[in-house]
Amino acid sequence: MKILNRTMILLGMILIGSCSAPKGETAIESTTPATHPKGQASVVDDVSEKNILQVAMSSEAHTTLVAGVKAAEIEHVLVNAGPLTVFAPTNEAFAALPEGTLDNLLKPENKTALATIITRHAAPGSYNPEALKKEALKGRKLYMATGDYLEIVVNGDDITVGGAKVIGSIQTSNGVINVVDKVILPN
Amino acid sequence: MKIKAFIISIITLSGILLLSGSCGQNGNQTGALKSNMAERSFVAPGELDEFYAFISGGFSGQLAVYGLPSGRLFKVIPVFSVDAEKAYGFNEETKPMLNTSFGFVPWDDAHHPDLSQTNGEIDGRWCFINGNNTPRIARVNLATFETEEIIELPNSAGNHSSSFVTENTEYVVAGTRFSVPVPQRDLPIDEYKGNFKGALSFLKVDPNSGEMSISFQVMMPGFNFDLAHPGRKASHGWMFFSTYNTEEANSLLEVNASQKDKDFIAAINWKKAEELIANGEFETMNSEYAHNIYDESKHMATTIMETSVKILDPTKYPGLVYFLPTPKSPHGCDVDPSGEYIIGSGKLAASLTAHSFTKMLDAIENKKFDGDAYGIPILNYDDVVSGVVQGAGLGPLHTEFDGIGNAYTTFFISSEVVKWKLGTWEVLDRQPTYYSVGHLMIPGGNSQKPFGKYLVAMNKITKDRYLPTGPELTQSAQLFDISGDKMELILDFPTIGEPHYAAGAPADLIKINQKKFYNLEDNKHPYAAKSEKETRVERKGNEVHIYMTTIRSHFAPDNIEGIKVGDKVYFHVTNLEQDYDVPHGIAMIGANTAELLIMPGQTETFTWEPKRVGVWPFYCTDFCSALHQEMQGYVRVSPRGSNVPLKWSLDGE
Repeated sequence: MKILNRTMILLGMILIGSCSAPKGETAIESTTPATHPKGQASVVDDVSEKNILQVAMSSEAHTTLVAGVKAAEIEHVLVNAGPLTVFAPTNEAFAALPEGTLDNLLKPENKTALATIITRHAAPGSYNPEALKKEALKGRKLYMATGDYLEIVVNGDDITVGGAKVIGSIQTSNGVINVVDKVILPN
Repeated sequence: MKIKAFIISIITLSGILLLSGSCGQNGNQTGALKSNMAERSFVAPGELDEFYAFISGGFSGQLAVYGLPSGRLFKVIPVFSVDAEKAYGFNEETKPMLNTSFGFVPWDDAHHPDLSQTNGEIDGRWCFINGNNTPRIARVNLATFETEEIIELPNSAGNHSSSFVTENTEYVVAGTRFSVPVPQRDLPIDEYKGNFKGALSFLKVDPNSGEMSISFQVMMPGFNFDLAHPGRKASHGWMFFSTYNTEEANSLLEVNASQKDKDFIAAINWKKAEELIANGEFETMNSEYAHNIYDESKHMATTIMETSVKILDPTKYPGLVYFLPTPKSPHGCDVDPSGEYIIGSGKLAASLTAHSFTKMLDAIENKKFDGDAYGIPILNYDDVVSGVVQGAGLGPLHTEFDGIGNAYTTFFISSEVVKWKLGTWEVLDRQPTYYSVGHLMIPGGNSQKPFGKYLVAMNKITKDRYLPTGPELTQSAQLFDISGDKMELILDFPTIGEPHYAAGAPADLIKINQKKFYNLEDNKHPYAAKSEKETRVERKGNEVHIYMTTIRSHFAPDNIEGIKVGDKVYFHVTNLEQDYDVPHGIAMIGANTAELLIMPGQTETFTWEPKRVGVWPFYCTDFCSALHQEMQGYVRVSPRGSNVPLKWSLDGE
């Protein structure tokens, strides 16, 4: 009787098992982790003008910034329609931070803090040096994506934003990159 | 205990049997659960469809682009009807596209899209489509998905047996449905017979630019011409047109055009027609018709009024046209991929007629004639028929092919698609449609190389198929998987207007040619401003021209003064973006036109005639960027005769 019972149970399992979907018909599984989904940064486009992320990635002077953007997982922000102005500190600017600061920020647990610091370098709108001078002339502060207002100081041809000097500027498809010599830290 | 255990095991066994029984029933379920149907039309978010389907909008006048197998709608291309969304027919640049010899005609009835071909295979370059009502043929560029050219057809009316493309896109043909007096004149209607003519137009297509021109018209007797199909392979060089109303009735056609047992498929030897034209053997007829071409570099269309057309009278040139008797008012006349069989679908018949091209040539050679019509030889029916598909269904309309020896025909009256075998003429399968199917489409299914995986059936009536929307219901397309022996319905989806006919192509053929935006450097629009430095406002009498630019996220200029009531203001707006998928829009309060939707690098113009004094805003209508809502401006309108100077600025400069 026990044997019969076991046979029945086994038979039952086989039969029930056969009811499940055959191989190859299971739901399509996402290959990218849900925490950082495929986004606009993955769009392949070799024809359009380069966007902020593409320009930054092609710059040897900004490998630290790009590493930070990736670690903070904010690539998609920099390819968004914008318009956006990014004040892009050079590798040297990051290197000038107190020892250990950068390594600490790049740790996964500090992702949010890193994102905030980088985002403070971005302003909604298109501000090339000419536009920045005009802002200063009209006494307007620059509103940053974190909600901070940064002061623009013009001294002859020199422009500083939040204390960082603009040492170059590149127009991109979705805004402007102004290269700066310092990391803009909170007051 | 033992008894109890026994009972339990009986119960268990019953349960197992029940479970397994219900499992078996699952396999017999109908609907989407049956044999993973839903999965076969499912294209996961972010994934791309395998085929493009270009489905005509019928009385909407437009051409809709869908993906297969998902049935997702990507774009409605305005062709023959104005479209406020894209300013087609509203902006200054595209208004000329809808010019005709009757003036500006803002609507038409778009029926049969067909794709350009090279060596008998679809090549993904252009889609041609006919306007029925005010006879026109349009060409859509498949790199931009824009209508590039529309040419009017003189001497035609109800341009229905159109727009079908020969193997190397040598010609697009357009046959008149209604015969009319040629030339048009004041005539009693009952003097139809002999006075009314049916023009079959052959439009030459430039192999590089795609530009069309009417090469010649074959002026046929006053029959109705319904559909057409070019020969393939061996029959290349011939064009076949189905006819009805060979009775030449001019009233109550539903009775009077069904008197004869057989009408004709007209076989036109267009290679011979080419020789006649080359030898100057034609008549020239004065006829006015519009030819509208959109110049991509100028972003602007122009109209040329043509004045004459070459006419070939088939009664004068033996060998140019033959008639193949075909039962009961044939609609479709479809040539199989081998070019041997010409399938006539007598829409009042219960069977299909397959003519043989080989037998046709033999009948011509050996003069196996059965009289003539207006001097055009009628070939003997029994000497040209190769086979008949018996008892296929009721009301056959149209046939396409899968490239592996099978044909698929729609039956309007019996609401079904029937699969049958070429050569043996046996019916292999039939599936109902919901309801009253017209044309069907297999991607490449009217070419030498069909892609016989899917079939789209296009239905006129949907009744209970979707959520009701008042008296007017959507029409529909139904997708069948035809890769197996039996056709399987895997999806149906609503369409715009009347999905009259469609053309399909593998996505890979078309997506590689896509234009992402227009190069600003190449912009030759006479009113383009290619940078903010070039923006300005100019007055010429009461005409004011605003040279404006847009870029994320502002207009330049955005403050304009010195406009007066009674002015005609032209907003010439150039989108300075050079980035994929960043159009800008613009709309002005009280403008009697439509918004503009301007692609990157493009210039478009709308007019505004301010009627009231005040300060009036304009704004960007396309959600272009994070600061889209900031994208706005003002125009100050002063009274007539005011001396407020013309002034424009952006941020006070």
